[in-house]
Amino acid sequence: MLKPEIAIVGGGPAGLSAALSAVRQGAEVMLLDRDPSLGGQLVKQTHMFFGSKKEYAAIRGIDIPGKLISALEDEGKGRFKPLLNTAVLGYYDDGVILADKEEEAMLIKPQKIVIATGAAEKMLPFPGNDLPGVYGAGAVQTLMNVYGIKPGNRVLMVGAGNIGLIVSYQLRQAGVEVAAIIEGASRIGGYLVHATKVRRAGIPILTSHTIKEAYGKQKVEGALICNLDENWCAIPGSDKDMKVDVICLAVGLTPQTELLWQAGCQQKYLPELGGYVPLRNEKMQTSLSSVYVAGDVACIEEAGSAMVEGKIAGLFAAADLGYDEKVEERFLAYSQELEELRAGPTGAKIREGLARLNGGV
Amino acid sequence: MRIEDHPIIKFKRGKPVSFTFEGRQIEAFEGETIAAALHAAGVRVLSHSHNLKRPRGFFCAIGNCSSCLMKVNGAYNVRICVEPVNEGDRVEMQEGRGDIIAQA
Ligand SMILES: Cc1cc2nc3c(=O)[nH]c(=O)nc-3n(C[C@H](O)[C@H](O)[C@H](O)COP(=O)(O)OP(=O)(O)OC[C@H]3O[C@@H](n4cnc5c(N)ncnc54)[C@H](O)[C@@H]3O)c2cc1C
Ligand code: FES
Repeated sequence: MLKPEIAIVGGGPAGLSAALSAVRQGAEVMLLDRDPSLGGQLVKQTHMFFGSKKEYAAIRGIDIPGKLISALEDEGKGRFKPLLNTAVLGYYDDGVILADKEEEAMLIKPQKIVIATGAAEKMLPFPGNDLPGVYGAGAVQTLMNVYGIKPGNRVLMVGAGNIGLIVSYQLRQAGVEVAAIIEGASRIGGYLVHATKVRRAGIPILTSHTIKEAYGKQKVEGALICNLDENWCAIPGSDKDMKVDVICLAVGLTPQTELLWQAGCQQKYLPELGGYVPLRNEKMQTSLSSVYVAGDVACIEEAGSAMVEGKIAGLFAAADLGYDEKVEERFLAYSQELEELRAGPTGAKIREGLARLNGGV
Repeated sequence: MRIEDHPIIKFKRGKPVSFTFEGRQIEAFEGETIAAALHAAGVRVLSHSHNLKRPRGFFCAIGNCSSCLMKVNGAYNVRICVEPVNEGDRVEMQEGRGDIIAQA
């Protein structure tokens, strides 16, 4: 059985930052990711990042993992062990984790574990949602930005949050037509900068609209959309037929908390944070003292805050093992960074969710 | 369906490989997943639902949802959206839930 000091599950921005922070403290880290490369969601994000300068704003998402990985290889010589193509399947009562590395079972018993497994996309119920051609936004991004393959010729985007807006713009860059972006709410959820870019590219954004049905024999041939009134009820007679071959769902993410449930960490349902999220203290430590969390698995947010949470989780996982140099000072700096990232109107929902997470009710 | 010109990304495709889908030969590039290669070749229907036999394609493309299970080289229930394509792979539609034990 492998016995690393710290095991980190998930090598997205949160997991990579946790690894770097722990390695800097002097700890030994094993980083497990089921993908063939590190970087998580960032590997398909070709747009410039918004967020804090310290956390790589104005750098393209795809360029961030490389920077973190080279820092890790540099500063973590001999103490940083990434295991790719390694899916963590189980967490047992005695703190042992079971992983599958290319069909080989592996047992690992770390002293501390950081769970940074990210999020999964939400589905939307409507007739025909099972037809080939109905894809999650992550799938569309993977096809076009990782493999350079067009998802289709004409796309209906469902959801005008940041993801729906950004992916629509990226579709245009890839030479794919976006028929419209529809949004159930009466206003656009994403940032104005992204919405403006999309509009300038000639893509209509239809608010108070939803999808009623996807149709087609073997695959999507079109969709019926309709207008919603202020109570989110379909307005009779408002149906429109859209001829599209792809329907892309960008209707939100939910934390991938399976391992946390298995471990027995206490969780709470908070829609503001994306669904069930683990209770944790300011050290990002869950109700199980050896289990830490960071990133989208703890709260659906952004890469910037995922990275700072990772730094905090990695810092304390290492400090609890005795690698506690400058802990207070570093923690203070990271908490301030988090506070800045969550300040302002865009962070209001997150602040409310976090207040409810810690404050009972 | 492959993107040749992109304003931001330079796609580095691996060396050409070929595999079969339901006996039909398909060209792909090393480094792609089976799902990506099939999509590029215009294949959308990957299987059928167990009871109503409705057509199924992939959905998440990141190994999360099991919408893309197929039979690959005799092994059932392979998530082809995260399975790299290899020269000579034999990819077939899977009927039903499939056997856990791979057949040669
Ligand atoms: C289209 C889109 C645009 C975005 N744009 C921005 C932006 O402009 N700015 C911004 O700040 N944020 C943006 N985000 C959000 C940002 O990408 C996420 O908040 C961030 O990636 C979360 O990081 P993470 O490390 O928590 O999770 P992820 O990046 O999802 O990484 C999780 C990792 O865990 C691995 N994993 C999961 N389960 C297991 C398991 N059981 N075993 C092993 N490995 C596992 C996964 O393979 C993955 O590598 C965007 C997101 C999307 C989808
Ligand atoms: S498409 Fe979701 S697992 Fe393959």
